[in-house]
Amino acid sequence: MGILEVKNVSKRFGGLQALGDVNLSVAENTVHAIIGPNGAGKSTLLNCLVGKLIPDTGSVMFDGQSVLGRKPHEINQMGISRVFQTPEIFGDLSVLENVMIPCFAHRDGAFALNAWSAVRRQTGVREQAEAILEDMNMTSARDIHAAALSRGDKRRLEMAMCLVQEPRLLLLDEPTAGMARADTNNTIDLLREIKEKRDITMCIIEHDMHVVFSLAERITVLAQGTPLVEDVPEAIKGHPKVQEAYLGQPAEEAA
Amino acid sequence: MTANPELGRPDAARGTRTAARRERSGFLGLTGRDAGLLLLVIVLTMAAPVLLNPFPATSSLAQFNAGYPDLMQRFVIFGIFAIGFNILFGLTGYLSFGHAAFLGAGSFAGVWMFKLLGMNVLLAIGASMAVAALFSLMVGYVSLRRSGIYFSILTLAFAQMSFALAYSVLTPITGGETGLQLALNDPRILGESVTASGNIPLPSLFGLEMRTTELVTFRIEGLGVWAFPFNVGYYFCAAVMIVAFYVSIRIFRSPFGMMLRAVKSNQQRLNYTGVSSRPYTLAAFVISGVYAGLAGGLLVSMDPLAGAERMQWTASGEVVLMTILGGAGTLIGPVLGAGLIKYFENIFSKINKGVLEGWFSVFPDGLSDVLVTIVYPFVGKGWHLTLGIVFMLVVIFLPGGLVEGGQRLGRVFRRSDRKGLGVEAPAADTRAKAEE
Repeated sequence: MGILEVKNVSKRFGGLQALGDVNLSVAENTVHAIIGPNGAGKSTLLNCLVGKLIPDTGSVMFDGQSVLGRKPHEINQMGISRVFQTPEIFGDLSVLENVMIPCFAHRDGAFALNAWSAVRRQTGVREQAEAILEDMNMTSARDIHAAALSRGDKRRLEMAMCLVQEPRLLLLDEPTAGMARADTNNTIDLLREIKEKRDITMCIIEHDMHVVFSLAERITVLAQGTPLVEDVPEAIKGHPKVQEAYLGQPAEEAA
Repeated sequence: MTANPELGRPDAARGTRTAARRERSGFLGLTGRDAGLLLLVIVLTMAAPVLLNPFPATSSLAQFNAGYPDLMQRFVIFGIFAIGFNILFGLTGYLSFGHAAFLGAGSFAGVWMFKLLGMNVLLAIGASMAVAALFSLMVGYVSLRRSGIYFSILTLAFAQMSFALAYSVLTPITGGETGLQLALNDPRILGESVTASGNIPLPSLFGLEMRTTELVTFRIEGLGVWAFPFNVGYYFCAAVMIVAFYVSIRIFRSPFGMMLRAVKSNQQRLNYTGVSSRPYTLAAFVISGVYAGLAGGLLVSMDPLAGAERMQWTASGEVVLMTILGGAGTLIGPVLGAGLIKYFENIFSKINKGVLEGWFSVFPDGLSDVLVTIVYPFVGKGWHLTLGIVFMLVVIFLPGGLVEGGQRLGRVFRRSDRKGLGVEAPAADTRAKAEE
């Protein structure tokens, strides 16, 4: 029984069957990648996991509880954090404040009318936020505007914001989309480091084979809204069905 | 101005400076800079009857004196209104076009307290705030289902609806076209219906009448006579505004305030961070509604009369102008904006053709006529034109409002003695970039 169990999920947008009968099981403390060509339904599936979309049929269970029908903030409070394709951060706030907000959300829940005490007196939250910045090598950027960060640093900050909540499942939506090779490699190193340091389950949706084969312990291949195969990376590389549906060319070249 | 009212735009310099200050316990739980700002506001409001009367009462410039009780009261009351509006608009970015409805509702509630219970202004203000809180909770609950322009339109619709109702079918409660006034036969169960001299009693604070004014005159031989009115009502309103300003600083610096800024910055990220943004925006909406109600209660405490036109959309638009003109999202900005607009409305509008002719009479006849013709559209009844031009210039060149103007000036003056540090300039650059 995995920490995330997706059973018979399907989703239709008008005439388009975006997802048809998807089954997926993500085991705890693994890195699970979901790959597939454009339009395979990867993002639709992810949006069904975080409460942005509600599937037409099927169930999504996280740690034995259903996530369907819950709002994004409720799903986050259950222990699922999400990293977006383009980093979503609080651009108008300082880097430190960006990290303090998830700390407050983790401590106080979805809403707290904490309007009288000064932020600077919240020493516990402050230390927690400073510790994660230290961890992510971002201490020097602490007081600058988050919007002024480079794209790579924004990604790093977004990860810090997710990790400071100590999520049990981290969902990453194409974390290296649109990145230069060097940045991609940095992101891979960052994710490896996170994996080694923490007990965390990661589910990565990715396009870039290099990233997938560097990180994933298990891979699910989606094509036209249905899972083709699910296996370990080595097996996926040579799988004829995958080559046909997704790569369309010899595995050596594509990888 | 030495205190820097900037907020929500962290820079490297501030980080290191406040870090050093954090150790020292501040004034009323505020850091040095905020405490300085609060003290500045206290000093300015307390000294206003003197500061706003810089010209001798006997001179021709006396018409630029803004230090008469009625106008000073308006400065601080609309300051409160704008401070509250800024908690919603400045922090969350939700632009309400209907806040005058809460001010109006507060006014009616205040007058009803005067009619039913007694003339103590605390009763009126308490009722105003309570009614505005309930009303804003209702309007906010519905309007906050949408954001952006749809939210603005919903609030505008509610306010116009309230105005139309107050003007027509709700006449028994609001007085309709004539407005709600006190009468000799009002019950006033906690006080007296009629004074010993047969008049309607005046609003007071435990017997201290709001209208009481002590006129202090000051003569300098050869220059003229200065008159400084010290009015009870004004000082009462000023004290309330200081408290309101202090509360707003506390909210700005609290975790709640930080969440509100996060709503403005990126609501999607906030939701995926486990925070439900609606209760936050609703709380901000109600808080700003209570501020509006407080302002309405103070208005009727100074002059116990309320009309439906207080709820009209122009009044809602005015508070938006005040906030943007002064600097949305800054602490002191709304107060400055409110002051500027009320100054224009009351002082600029009084410059009529006769006054202009008086000024330009030193020039030859023809030239004087030309000058009067050129200037006239901008003053007197044309004061809106000047205000509009000022507003456009501020929005285009100083998007951060008057506060940004002050900061730019401050930076120009400080640049010379800060060269060694080299912190301010890069921080300003990043900020400028981020704003684009």
